[in-house]
Parts: sequence; structure tokens; C-alpha cells
Amino acid sequence: MSAATEIVRLTVNGDRQEVGVPTHFTLLETLRYALGLTGSKQGCDKGDCGACTVILDGEPTLSCITPVWEAEGRTVTTVEGLASREAPHPLQDAFDLNGAAQCGFCTPGILCSAAALLERTGDPTREQIKEALAGNLCRCTGYTKIYDAVEAAAAAMQNGASVGGASG
Amino acid sequence: MKAFANQNARSVEEAVTLAQQSLQGGQSVSFVGGGTDLLQLMKDRVVNRPGSELPDVLVNLKTVGGLDQVTPSAQGGATIGGMITLDALSQNALVRDRFRVLAEAAESVASPQIRKAGTLAGNVCQRPWCWYFRNGFQCYKAGGSVCYSVRGENQLHAIFGGGPSYIVNPSDVAPALVALDASFRVVGPEGERTLSAADFFVLPRQDAEHENVLADDEVLASVELPAPGSGMRSAFHKEMDREAWTHALASAAVVLDMDGGVVRSARIVLGGVAPIPWRVPEAEALLAGNRVTPELARAVGAAAVAGARAMSKNAYKIPLARSVVERTVLTLATSA
Repeated sequence: MSAATEIVRLTVNGDRQEVGVPTHFTLLETLRYALGLTGSKQGCDKGDCGACTVILDGEPTLSCITPVWEAEGRTVTTVEGLASREAPHPLQDAFDLNGAAQCGFCTPGILCSAAALLERTGDPTREQIKEALAGNLCRCTGYTKIYDAVEAAAAAMQNGASVGGASG
Repeated sequence: MKAFANQNARSVEEAVTLAQQSLQGGQSVSFVGGGTDLLQLMKDRVVNRPGSELPDVLVNLKTVGGLDQVTPSAQGGATIGGMITLDALSQNALVRDRFRVLAEAAESVASPQIRKAGTLAGNVCQRPWCWYFRNGFQCYKAGGSVCYSVRGENQLHAIFGGGPSYIVNPSDVAPALVALDASFRVVGPEGERTLSAADFFVLPRQDAEHENVLADDEVLASVELPAPGSGMRSAFHKEMDREAWTHALASAAVVLDMDGGVVRSARIVLGGVAPIPWRVPEAEALLAGNRVTPELARAVGAAAVAGARAMSKNAYKIPLARSVVERTVLTLATSA
């Protein structure tokens, strides 16, 4: 069977997009291969590792197992949309300062899961952070520095650090 | 992933019609909700329907209006649409209040991302996660005639109800639904039928290829929960081999109908240990008419696993299931 294509309209990192993709494309494939946004990673490609996590209408979403039609008319924020033109997202700053990224492959998905958490919960407990990141696998850090970084970012945002990107 | 077409259904009946049309046109078809299981199966080129091909057409059930709602019934029960996400189900106030075991089961599933996409019906109908099946072995579940776990790696396989296939039912919400005596509304080409949750699942000895009674063109549309008695309390507990994001090694869904400190009746259903949600009537019977003490809870745990038979590498599941039952019953009965 030849691949049918469809036009999908969605907002990605603040930009309205209209993109023609094969019907069987996932949201991740659309972001990476139609829109050139390669920040979201194609890891296991089966919803296990969380490296493809993006924020879809405020919710952390596994873009590798989300058919693209699910994103029709909706708003997507990827790791590319977290920072503003002027400054990185406080999470990105905190990951840098706390050494929370090593190989970096899981980092875009973890940043998106954490950003969605901080949108909902400004001052999360350690347990809430662990729960929010339970679907994002990291094989380098042992997670401790990631949790530290999310706590530091939450504190910075409580103290007025601005979130200027598409998620803010 | 193989190319496929998407068809958005606006009603369950339309979904069934769309599926029939595709089947009659010689195309293979699957219904899709959150897609968290189905897309993985398709990417791994594991067929969702034994004897079928990878689907040419996906019929999308998430576009059916109202199929993601919890609707209270006049008698105090509830109807829950099959397309409610596990996340929404776990946070629903009515479910948390009256059917706690179901909320706790839903919130124990997989990861936050999976719970936000995955649905109640999808969780109930997910295919087994046996590593042989998922890796393309031609086992019973893939239409073959061997269960590779019997002489192979069976650490995660069944201690109850196995043979000829020894898969375990991986759903967390299924044991909760059986414990709550839920009814399933199934819609197909001949109309709809309602059957008890317990009758929905089938053992491999009845049908080695399928885990439930659904035909290719049938949809699990909704679940009906009977009204809880005034003394009903319920809980779900799941043991995993790590703290998060995996299936149950053993789980217990426990529903107690209490009169003060005395148990009037009990329903105990195990997950992760059998090809279907596994009810343990002998353990339930020990509770009826009695006050729960640590000694009684221990006896209930022992009765729950009395019929278990370990395979070569999963004997650990027997004491694990025993303690899950013991602790869940004791904690639930003695909590304020």
C-alpha cells in the first residue's frame, strides 16, 4: 500500500505550521524530518525511554508513539522552544550549573517533562519531581543531579527568573 | 513503521462499520485509542491480531465523542467510557471516592507520559509483554504452537492458569475491574453485548491466541461499575522489580465490604501472575464474617497462592504474591 499523505496544522514553539506528511508519520517524525527540529530524540522509538518527550497542550507527551493526526490543531513545545531569544530557560541554566547532563541524549525529553511539571507545580517536592520524570530514562547521571537541577530551577523561577520561550 | 491509513470514527457504531468495510475490502484493520501499545507492536512488526497482517487501516476511537467520560448512575454506580485516559481515570473524583482500587491501579500503570495517552480500554486489551512474543517468536500468541518460556526464560511468566501459553495478563486496571465486579459493554456488527469482566478474559487453554473474547470487528466501548455498598473499601498494590515504569511482578486488587470491623464479603484478584486477572475465592472465603487480624491476613495470603505452580525460574512470585495479598488485606481492613 502506498503511503497516503495528509496536511496537518499545528503550532510548534509558537510558530503556526502547515505540513504535509505521510499519514503514518508520528509527531516525532514530523518534528524531526518535516520541520527539521532534531532536538527531540528518536531513542527507543517505542515509548519506553522518554527521549522523544515534547509538551503537547501543556502535557508531556511521547511524540514517537503519537500519530501525527493526534496533534492536529494543537500546540507543541519542543526543547528548541524552551529558551527565549535572550536567555535559556531556568531549567537549562540549572542543568548546566548542576552538571545534570552528561551524554545529553535524554536531556531534551527530561527538560520537557520538567518544564511541564513546573508549569503545573511551581514548588514541587522531590517526590513530585521523581514521579514527573519516571518516564524518562537516563543511563549516565543516576538522576540525583537532575532532581537537584529541577529543584534549583523551581527555586529560581519562584525568585523571579523569567521563562521567555514558547512554553512560558 | 509500515504505512497505514487513519480513519476517525465519530461513534462506536461507525467505528465498527469502518472496520468491517476495511476487512471486506481485504485490508487488515486495528482499532486505536492512545496507541501506546499498538504503535509499538507495529514498529516491532508484531501483528496485533493473530493470523492477520500488520494493519493497513487504523480506526481511531479517540474521536468518538463522550467515550472519555465517567457518568454516575442513579443507583450509585458509574459508567466509564473506554477512551478515558489512565491519567484522567486516576484523578477522577468519583472514581477515587467510590472505586479507589481502580484509581490506584490506573495511577500505577507505566509512566506519566503513557498514562496521559493510554486509555482504560487499551490497557485492558493490551497484548502480552512476554519477551518471546514481543520479539517475533512464532509462539501461541503469534499463531504458532509453542510457548518458548516453558524451556526458556520464564522469570516473568505465569504461576496460575498457564498452558499451553504461560503469558501473564499485564494490565493493572483489569484486576481492579474484576474485583469491582464490573461489566464490559462490547459493540460489534451484530449490536452490543454486555458481559462480566471475569467472562471477558480467556485462558490460553480456551483460546491460546487471544487474551479476551473480542472479535476483530468488536470494540470494548465502556465499563459499568455496580454501586458500592456503604461499607465498601478497596485498594490496589503492585510489586515491580524497580520503583517505577514497569509491569507488575505480582499485584493485588482487593475489595472489602465491611460491617464495622467485620468483613461481610471480599473479592481478591491478582495481576501479573496468570494469563487472566486471577481471582482467589478460597482466600476471599476466609475473610467472610471475620475480623481481620495479622494472623488471618497471613492465612488469606497463604490461601491465595495455595494453587500456584512455579515454572523453572519464577518461584519467587509465590511468596511475593502471598505477601502482596497479606499486606493489602491487612492494611485495607485495619486502616481508619
